[in-house]
Amino acid sequence: MTTAAPQASASAIAVAKVLDHVMRSDRGRLLASLLAVLRNLSLAEEALQEAAVSAMNHWSRSGLPQSPQAWLLTVARRKALDRLRGATRENKKVHDMSYLMAQEEEDADEIPDERLRLIFACCHPALEMKSRVALTLRAVCGVTTVEIARLFLDQEATMGQRLSRAKAKIAAAGIRFEVPASEYWPMRLEAVLTTIYLIFTTGYVAGPVEERDLCQEAEYLIRLINRLRPEEAEIEGALAMMLLTAARRAARIGQDGASLPPTEQDRGLWDHARIAEGRALLQQAMQRHKPGPFQIKAAIADCQMADPAPDWPQIALLYQSLLRHEPTPIVMLNAAVAAAEAGHAAEALRVVESLVGELAGYQPWHAARAALLVMTDQKSEACLAYKQAIDMTSHAAEALFLQKQLISASPFAVRRR
Amino acid sequence: MQYMLLIYNDPSKEPAYGTPDFQKMMAEFFAANEQMKADGVLRGGEGLKGIETATSLRIKSGKVETMDGPFAETREHLGGYYVIDVKDLDAALKYAALLPSAHFGTIEVRPLMDYNPAG
Repeated sequence: MTTAAPQASASAIAVAKVLDHVMRSDRGRLLASLLAVLRNLSLAEEALQEAAVSAMNHWSRSGLPQSPQAWLLTVARRKALDRLRGATRENKKVHDMSYLMAQEEEDADEIPDERLRLIFACCHPALEMKSRVALTLRAVCGVTTVEIARLFLDQEATMGQRLSRAKAKIAAAGIRFEVPASEYWPMRLEAVLTTIYLIFTTGYVAGPVEERDLCQEAEYLIRLINRLRPEEAEIEGALAMMLLTAARRAARIGQDGASLPPTEQDRGLWDHARIAEGRALLQQAMQRHKPGPFQIKAAIADCQMADPAPDWPQIALLYQSLLRHEPTPIVMLNAAVAAAEAGHAAEALRVVESLVGELAGYQPWHAARAALLVMTDQKSEACLAYKQAIDMTSHAAEALFLQKQLISASPFAVRRR
Repeated sequence: MQYMLLIYNDPSKEPAYGTPDFQKMMAEFFAANEQMKADGVLRGGEGLKGIETATSLRIKSGKVETMDGPFAETREHLGGYYVIDVKDLDAALKYAALLPSAHFGTIEVRPLMDYNPAG
């Protein structure tokens, strides 16, 4: 009698742990399965949440089912049907759905992986970029709304509203939970890859925040897509680009806390397994003869790690081809920086200065202009540009790096020598 | 699903009447129409006369106020619309991209309200 209560609570804790794990790691997969019939993300989420609540009660009493995932899916389907029956008089529709679901329940042990359609809906180009990122993290990666809000420095309520609006738009605007047909595939894939790339760069710049590392979430997503849709050159290119960039992550901040450009990084700290995997993937992608911006960006990341020094002429050429795919001011800026490193500093500075209208509010423009002013021997102008770049950065490591550049460009540094 | 494609144009950016560019634009509109008809998706559409012909009206405290000119003081104005019936947003966007105005203006794609959900 005295041991019964502690035993019950011990099993409840174990159940809660299993449930928490399943709801984190398999949430996307379960939602995607539910969506195959329900076609409504809010309904699928609510039904899954209800199923999780039932699971907590049921599993604590009768023990864990053989497949927690299949159990949750079956119960969530019933909960969804109950909700539909309560909310609508469209009996035929509910009848059709229950029929479809009964068909699916027969093989509930082998839940088919339908996540591709979930990802494509969450990353639809008709949604605002920030909503795409948030929705993908929430629905596919199982990151909680609180965690996403923290990553964006938003209030939880604000982020919750953003997610609701995005889901409402998917339902109302006619965005389907389907893998797009071939005529829409290139445009839709590009939207998916840019969303994942943004998740990656946000994580790369911020570093690991709390327990969720956005670089890892992005890598997880791109690996998932690559597995579900193999032999797609741009998907392989995007994965290669992330691996080749992430490989340098441990080396990008020096001992003094300042960020380091690839040329000055300790190559011993690079993740050589990731580099090898990234290079192999890039090779494989290029052999498909379907060039695209992500393959080019991967090639640029690769050339930056050439031994013993970056291959700047090659990088400058790659940026020229990237410009044909993405003729944006930011790519023009990066192309100019590469051209300067390849020996065309004066011309590069002219290009950079011509972008002032578009990029004056973009911190890297000031940092790049400062470096080009140093290269063309205009040190006092360079110091002003460095000061501006320092004022505009919010990252301590970047500010420290720029401080060092500023000191070496300033006339006092010359005298001290 | 039915969608309205609302065509917003800045009249100063539109090709001028009588120029080869104007001819090209008309030919592209014609081709888009033919495509929508051939695919069986076209439900309707009209072009609007210029904003200099527009009159706006609102009722304030029970009193009708009329004003010369369009509703919004923006550079791009509603110039016409299509209504199409297609499978999903992707398909609606595909037809929107056929309209030549997308090159110098904006096409807003909006689903129509469904008054009879039971269908």
